[in-house]
Amino acid sequence: MDCDETQLVNIERVTTRESITRSPIMLIQKPADIHPSEITPPELYARRREFIKTAAILGAAAWLPPTLRGRIAQAADEDLKPTPYKDITSYNNFYEFGTGKTDPAENAGSLKTKPWTVVVEGHCEKPGQYALEDFLASQQPEERIYRLRCVEAWSMVVPWRGIPLNQILPRFQPASNAKYVEFTTLLDPKQMPGQRTRILDWPYVEGLRMDEAMHPLTLLATGLYGKELPNQNGAPLRLVVPWKYGFKSIKSIVKIRFTEQQPSTTWNREIPSEYGFYANVNPEVSHPRWSQNKERRIGDFFRRDTQMFNGYAEQVAGLYTGMDLHKNF
Amino acid sequence: MTSKQTRLLQRAGKPLVFSASLLPLAWLFWLGWNDQLGANPVETLTHRTGSWSLRFLLLTLAVTPVRRLTGWNGLQRFRRMLGLFAFFYVCLHFSVYLVFDHFFDGSAIIADIAKRPYITVGFAAFLLLVPLAATSTNRMIKRLGRNWQRLHRLVYVIGIFGVLHYLWLVKADIREPLLYAGILAGLLGYRLGWRYTHRS
Repeated sequence: MDCDETQLVNIERVTTRESITRSPIMLIQKPADIHPSEITPPELYARRREFIKTAAILGAAAWLPPTLRGRIAQAADEDLKPTPYKDITSYNNFYEFGTGKTDPAENAGSLKTKPWTVVVEGHCEKPGQYALEDFLASQQPEERIYRLRCVEAWSMVVPWRGIPLNQILPRFQPASNAKYVEFTTLLDPKQMPGQRTRILDWPYVEGLRMDEAMHPLTLLATGLYGKELPNQNGAPLRLVVPWKYGFKSIKSIVKIRFTEQQPSTTWNREIPSEYGFYANVNPEVSHPRWSQNKERRIGDFFRRDTQMFNGYAEQVAGLYTGMDLHKNF
Repeated sequence: MTSKQTRLLQRAGKPLVFSASLLPLAWLFWLGWNDQLGANPVETLTHRTGSWSLRFLLLTLAVTPVRRLTGWNGLQRFRRMLGLFAFFYVCLHFSVYLVFDHFFDGSAIIADIAKRPYITVGFAAFLLLVPLAATSTNRMIKRLGRNWQRLHRLVYVIGIFGVLHYLWLVKADIREPLLYAGILAGLLGYRLGWRYTHRS
């Protein structure tokens, strides 16, 4: 097999040219009523349109030696570049609105997010029912760009807007025996058509250990791309735990409960051998049915290596010192 | 039907089925060209080519039962073409996996096949289809004689492996793979029943 380096150079040149050329045709095509942040960045749009066309070229690159292949992969790697709004809001796992990736975007219109009430209960001094505005008090939302790694081995980069959970939980004065926090999604088959079928044991429940919940990276998101959270992304209030698989980041939260025992969480209850309570992103621990050491970043053609704790090891590894992460997967 | 119409149907039948069988692929190309493959185009290609492999496999397996039930013997001549299209879509399905999931990384693929039961059965189904496709020519049918039919009974195993491949990979919503399993069970069950009643 001969190694054709000119081919590689050509591929790189194509990508570079695509990324610096702003296509005027595309701007004309977009209807004016779309918010600027909804428009896919031109360079990504161009790259996507080139999909089939470049597939053939890239197929030819397969005959290159591994070192050169690595360079192609690296060129595609821009680690924290936000995934286009369109993809973040049209490719979702939210079984309450159907199990297909595009189902939530199609069906979540039936969810009524105003008014919204959050119930706080369990081991704390200030349980109660809070209107969402009161629950969030007057906390100033922050913008956080996080990687999101799904247990299905795909990933995105999401510019969230939200409030760190550790700025909210203390207001309810959790008791000393509050070791865990349990979160529950709305249960209403009228608004959430997916709940009319028993795909999962509704309502969806997730949980965190108290130190995980209080970790500065843990976010309660209310928006993305600087705008209100779309329903399919878990409006009006969702959890974001960037070092854990996506299913931990529970959507459309209506209840928060402080518990002494580890909460019984939905996927863990459903298939305990496949979905652990911790569900930390870990390339070393395979899902029983597929490997977790690689992932496909939405927008990429090829897969990249998955990072320990989804790249947040420096911040969160300390939470798990002394724990066997193969057992506590 | 007049004999003229019958002749026309006979002559047009194969080109028609052939063109129709290429429509799923044409559709994928159209979607790709217009950036309509969704946020995860590789996944879309994998799923669509996989589904069509399974559908063509089931269509192939449906030819004999439908022919017997309806008495429309003309159907028989489409069976080979449908079977080869099942193989064609499986090849596309496997190519997407080979290129975009593993980029020709042999050791990763071997590890996948060894460790992941759904990949093991899927790959086995693909491998088992190779000799069937290779022996689908008239010459091979003649050359293999009775053994041809014995060899091609592998398609039952391939069908079961194909459905298992799908069933074992879904996370929680098994409704669609169960639909395929049900159709396959019906097609295989019909054969068992027919064999039983026509034994003597």
